[in-house]
Amino acid sequence: MKANHDKKEYWASFVQRWSGVVLALFLPAHFIVLSQSLLGEQALNGFLHWADMPVVKIAEAGLVGLLTVHLLGGLRILLIEFLSWGEWQSWMIIVAAGGAFSSGCLFLMRAF
Amino acid sequence: MKNSFAIKLWLVQRLSGMLLGLFVIIHLMTMIIAIQGGVTAGEILERTSGNFLLGAFYSVFAIAAAVHGSIGLRTVAQEVIGWRGRSMNLAAVCFCALLCAMGLFAVSGLVL
Repeated sequence: MKANHDKKEYWASFVQRWSGVVLALFLPAHFIVLSQSLLGEQALNGFLHWADMPVVKIAEAGLVGLLTVHLLGGLRILLIEFLSWGEWQSWMIIVAAGGAFSSGCLFLMRAF
Repeated sequence: MKNSFAIKLWLVQRLSGMLLGLFVIIHLMTMIIAIQGGVTAGEILERTSGNFLLGAFYSVFAIAAAVHGSIGLRTVAQEVIGWRGRSMNLAAVCFCALLCAMGLFAVSGLVL
């Protein structure tokens, strides 16, 4: 495997796998926060007030970026598996990286 | 038999991924639009309370994410730490059930 570390496909696969792990492990926390509404508006507002801190907004932007890179990386995998290979598919890695960076930045710009 | 189970999981992973692709695009757009100027619990609940279409959308979203995430974590557990056999399958099913329950609980809090 080490011989492939200089290939962008290796890193695309690495990012796809570990972004998925982070997102899957984040889901319980996300659901717990949303469930606060069952305790009343005040409880949910308590979390939203905490989430207003700049460091939390930056972390949220990171999650938005991870979600986008996993989405576009997943689309790349589907295109490779279900369509015949075309050279244009190798550009999907750059599209995924650019899309993730752009969505994270866009989220930050709107959050602040 | 093992191969047929692996193929079924692969297919479910891809189909749930396709469904999630659509849902995630809508979710990302909603987040980026809604985050402008901050959000309050009142604003969120005003949009979600009694909105059963939104409730159905997020219920299917939560279940698809639970299924997709559990199969993904199962694959990573197999390949990275070598966890195999019945205990690993049981852990994946439990994680999926937990995520489904937490997700539907959160949706009910926002919609009902």
